[in-house]
Amino acid sequence: MQPTSFKDTSLVRAPAHPLALSVNGAAVSVTVDVRTLLVQLLRDELRLTGTHVGCDTSQCGACTVLVDGAAVKACAVLAVQVEGREVRTIEGVATAETLHPMQEAFREHHGLQCGFCTPGMILAAMDMVRRHGPVLDEATVRADLEGNLCRCTGYHNIVKAIIAGARAMGAGPAVGLD
Amino acid sequence: MFAFTYHRPDTLTQAVGLLRGREEAKPLAGGQTLIATLKQRLAAPSDLVDLGALPALRAIARVDGRLVIGAMARHADVEASPLVRESLPALAALAGLIGDPAVRNRGTLGGSIANNDPSADYPAGCLALDATIVTDRREIAAADFFIGLFETALEPDEIIIQVAFPLGGEGTYEKFRNPASRYAMAGVFIWRGQALPGEGPVRVAVTGAGQGGVFRWSEAEAALAAHFSPTALAGLVLSGDEMIEDIHGSGAYRAHLVGAMARRAVARMTQAGA
Ligand SMILES: Cc1cc2nc3c(=O)[nH]c(=O)nc-3n(C[C@H](O)[C@H](O)[C@H](O)COP(=O)(O)OP(=O)(O)OC[C@H]3O[C@@H](n4cnc5c(N)ncnc54)[C@H](O)[C@@H]3O)c2cc1C
Ligand code: FES
Ligand code: FES
Repeated sequence: MQPTSFKDTSLVRAPAHPLALSVNGAAVSVTVDVRTLLVQLLRDELRLTGTHVGCDTSQCGACTVLVDGAAVKACAVLAVQVEGREVRTIEGVATAETLHPMQEAFREHHGLQCGFCTPGMILAAMDMVRRHGPVLDEATVRADLEGNLCRCTGYHNIVKAIIAGARAMGAGPAVGLD
Repeated sequence: MFAFTYHRPDTLTQAVGLLRGREEAKPLAGGQTLIATLKQRLAAPSDLVDLGALPALRAIARVDGRLVIGAMARHADVEASPLVRESLPALAALAGLIGDPAVRNRGTLGGSIANNDPSADYPAGCLALDATIVTDRREIAAADFFIGLFETALEPDEIIIQVAFPLGGEGTYEKFRNPASRYAMAGVFIWRGQALPGEGPVRVAVTGAGQGGVFRWSEAEAALAAHFSPTALAGLVLSGDEMIEDIHGSGAYRAHLVGAMARRAVARMTQAGA
């Protein structure tokens, strides 16, 4: 079974390209067809299937990952464009024992139902903290969720979770939610 | 995606050389438009020349009374740059209205204006601010750069290096977003500053609405030059026949939106000055 539906059917193979990058803190060296999208590299080659594909057209944000800390849509980035960069996916945010404060806040505030959008939401939320700091207001969070669609939970609890998770991130990794 | 050869030059000279020799080669900037186009097989470049390893193209600086922004400056860079926020706050605000945060983390100024989408935001900023587009071979005034739908004065192998914005005036950008795509249904950039030769002191650039892409609304400029107030624009409407008509709205609706955005922009500027 094909792991994803968007494997290219073109008969012409583009040249293979050697690629070195860091994924969730580990050095990765692979050879890819230059047409490989970052999301295909993560899911199909590296088997990191927590990064989802909802639309494959840059709209939904289910494929959001961090590149050097900044949120990007991995369905709209070629793998070769992240040569030498640090990629972080949802598999790389928790430690073996403890959820990341943003994940914990989503759990605590019921910020997910089916969970399909959640990896993208969490990484987009971490990008909000990078840009605005740990104190987020509701209007900022709602505006910054422009590119992340949730089709089942509704945004209300997601917004609450992000505000709480951001504050917890500001309080340091050892401190949980109040 | 059709097959292509990928290049990642680390000097501008190399990048220019790679494009010059290859007729079907294209620069790759943030990829937020180009990669979607490739995925849909709407383009089949022989070569992609990735400008992502040229950090000099991402710089933002003030040079001789102008704000100079590198072609590879991302929308998020322009939105957050203290220099842009201080010297051209309306342009920083415009950048912050493009797409969503992830798109702004990748998309670039050069890619946006080279693409010249009729609903893109930067073309309105460039035209209203009388920006100069600097390429690997020449300087092009914004008025001569944006030619039509997805069409610019660029040669196929020409690279935008930076865009220079003159300073000394004040402006505002008002955008009515398409609720689904977030592109402009109508975007109006109003600038009041030094008059260009043979012109008045106000420039009004409109994006998202015109069938031929970004344009200047000269009637509004004349009315505002005479009396800079939202009431000066009362009753002034563009012809719906020349506006984009699609599933999102009729030409007449877009013409109405342009007027509304223009009055809102002037209101904001006069309130800020009061
Ligand atoms: C979901 C979504 C929402 C968006 N919303 C908006 C919006 O609200 N407003 C808006 O204005 N835009 C919007 N965009 C478009 C976005 O701003 C793109 O980033 C932009 O149009 C293209 O910039 P890029 O850097 O990604 O260029 P690319 O996609 O890499 O390139 C676009 C074109 O420009 C050429 N090019 C790139 N750089 C140069 C250069 N330096 N010299 C010469 N040619 C060059 C390329 O060859 C290509 O033909 C949106 C995009 C998405 C995916
Ligand atoms: S799968 Fe990338 S944005 Fe939807
Ligand atoms: S939790 Fe189901 S789509 Fe968001």
